[in-house]
Amino acid sequence: MTAMLNVKDLRAYYGQVQALHGLNFALNEGSLTTLLGANGAGKTTTLRAICNMVRSTGAIEFEGATLSGRSTENIVRLGIAHVPQGRGTFTTMTVEENLQLGAITRKDKAGVVADIERMYDHFPVLKQRYAQQAGTLSGGEQQMLAVARALMLRPRLMLLDEPSFGLAPLIVRDLFKILGKINREEKVTILVVEQNAQLALELADQAYVIETGRIVMSGKANEIANNEDVRKSYLGY
Amino acid sequence: MGAIYACMALAVVMIYQAIDHLNFAQGEMAMFSTFVSWQLMQWGVPYWGAFVVTLVFSFFGGIAIERLLFKPLAKAPILTNVAGFIALFAIINSVAGLIWDFTIKQYPTPFGSSPFLGSQLISTHQAGMIGVTVLLLVGLYFFFQFTRIGLAMRAAASVPESARLVGINTSWMIALGWGMAAAIGSIAGMLIAPVVFLEPNMMGGVLIYGFAAAVLGGLTSPLGAVIGGFLVGIFENLAGTYIPGVGNELKLPIALALIITVLVVKPAGLFGRPIVKRV
Repeated sequence: MTAMLNVKDLRAYYGQVQALHGLNFALNEGSLTTLLGANGAGKTTTLRAICNMVRSTGAIEFEGATLSGRSTENIVRLGIAHVPQGRGTFTTMTVEENLQLGAITRKDKAGVVADIERMYDHFPVLKQRYAQQAGTLSGGEQQMLAVARALMLRPRLMLLDEPSFGLAPLIVRDLFKILGKINREEKVTILVVEQNAQLALELADQAYVIETGRIVMSGKANEIANNEDVRKSYLGY
Repeated sequence: MGAIYACMALAVVMIYQAIDHLNFAQGEMAMFSTFVSWQLMQWGVPYWGAFVVTLVFSFFGGIAIERLLFKPLAKAPILTNVAGFIALFAIINSVAGLIWDFTIKQYPTPFGSSPFLGSQLISTHQAGMIGVTVLLLVGLYFFFQFTRIGLAMRAAASVPESARLVGINTSWMIALGWGMAAAIGSIAGMLIAPVVFLEPNMMGGVLIYGFAAAVLGGLTSPLGAVIGGFLVGIFENLAGTYIPGVGNELKLPIALALIITVLVVKPAGLFGRPIVKRV
């Protein structure tokens, strides 16, 4: 199986500070991969580097296309949807406008209308609130909206930055269930960055562990979950 | 007068929607555009020809200003941008004075200046201004609410990073906003010039009233800006006539007092959407 996303020797910098020290990893098409690590390990930076939102060097290849040197919006247009930390909701616009914005690069009007309905099926709460200003939604609802907005792109690859952040455990379970469903049924490759290692490892089939800007472990999610060190550091038992 | 303020307020709101700042140089840009149309007419171009050429010139001029001056400042703090606006204000004002000098010039109206429908209250020119303002408003409303590019422009202005993450070229959306605001400003300028006469300082007072109107109506609402414009015009003249001691001299402070009052009492304006944030 060839890799859909291939990252080689990725180094990223914030001003003078180097945040990633030569990351290597690959995502297989159709996989659901999680990137685990403590605070400040470089998880968010990795996602931001893929979308060229932070200064970086190294080679990133997506379905044969080189990403370095492309602007964020051009990378998105290749079919990479990024759900940023903090959800990136367009708070002053309505829920429906947020969904339309997710599909703003698409030309097929009928498809977009159908997809909005599909999102309302996935996330019924969004349908109830479709005309409401998105900023008035609860944290969980905004996270659903962010995922739905990303899906409106009809992405080939979806990057999620701590989708569980600030959400009640029950809501996180729901959300992860939906992510699994999207991955299986819509064949969207997913890379999810998480602090909630236990849930992420239950959901994912592949896992990488990142420490201070380096990948320190990789493998099948269930093997990682059973690894002694990971259990001690990230799962707490 | 209200129609003038409404038109200017519309331009102010327009650029606020596109770049999330108030552009202090807006009035001077409009003034410069008006001079361009005047110059064209001096060269013998008919009114509507000059009107259209000026619109196009202003649109691309606005884009050029954004590309050259404000794109490099995009990530700078607000104060830097404000300094940029003030610099632009001074530069355009001086350049206009240099090219066309500071003497007052007559400016023609396409609508004539006879009483409108026999009414003594407004002239055909004023009626025409109101008509054009309403047309612009309706056009803008449809543009922002129902077109993809309008939606993309709003998104780029409100959350630039998220806008990029859905594939919007935010940088060009902002430039487009500048172009549109400059074009609307030029329409305002060309409609105002027959009333206040053409000279480099013609927009000074008008812009402050425009700001007052935009703030009163709500900076997020083009309709509010227009209604605010008419309200400010009515309020200004009533206060000037009936409040003793105000007269003509204190009309401008009244506009400023209005801005402050609205900001204190109802910051979102009469028709603006309050921005609700949950964290």
